[in-house]
Amino acid sequence: MHIEVCEHAFSPWERLATFESEHGPRQGSFGATATFVGTMRDFNEGDDVVSLTLEHYPGMTERQLERIVSGVDDRDGLLEVLVLHRVGQVVPGDPIVLVAVWSAHRAAAFAACRQIMEALKSSAPFWKKEELKDGQRWVAQNTPG
Amino acid sequence: MPIRVRYFASLRERIGRAEDSLDAQPDLTVAEVWATLQPDRPLDSNTLAALNQEYVEYDRRVSDGDEVAFFPPVTGG
Repeated sequence: MHIEVCEHAFSPWERLATFESEHGPRQGSFGATATFVGTMRDFNEGDDVVSLTLEHYPGMTERQLERIVSGVDDRDGLLEVLVLHRVGQVVPGDPIVLVAVWSAHRAAAFAACRQIMEALKSSAPFWKKEELKDGQRWVAQNTPG
Repeated sequence: MPIRVRYFASLRERIGRAEDSLDAQPDLTVAEVWATLQPDRPLDSNTLAALNQEYVEYDRRVSDGDEVAFFPPVTGG
């Protein structure tokens, strides 16, 4: 597994291609790659959002993400997992999170990608503060997936 | 070694600082750490607690040199 908290903007597609060619499972060993990319919206709860600042708990965040990836239930044919998550200031259209899973067959790839993403949303220590046109507010809780 | 107590996100802003330090006392729980440092703020049941960077319940006991953290529900992803 590879887990990384990114302080600067990243291209999920470039990182995915680079990771797969340099650190991915052997070509021919996997038949499925499931990816999820979370991107910043310009609206939330009926308001226009100008930017977001993402804060995290350095150290605990990485440990928690490792625990989440290690805890994936359906590991049948699971080969590799890549998780990237932004911190700092992001603007609408910026990628926030990438979860990619390589496995022999699609069932484990889809299931692991979903499970990791939902667990990340509910337990990885990140927090979002929204910059609106007329002020700031902390996002109180994540919406159910 | 004192206990290092950290606050994150909206909780840090409300308290007005990112961390405190507390001398360890025998059998101190996470909830008692909060009550000692924040006597005027009841511990909101939504507040999450971590001990040495792992989630814990409020009744977990803390020791010398531990790192305790309090923070609101997480909103990443």
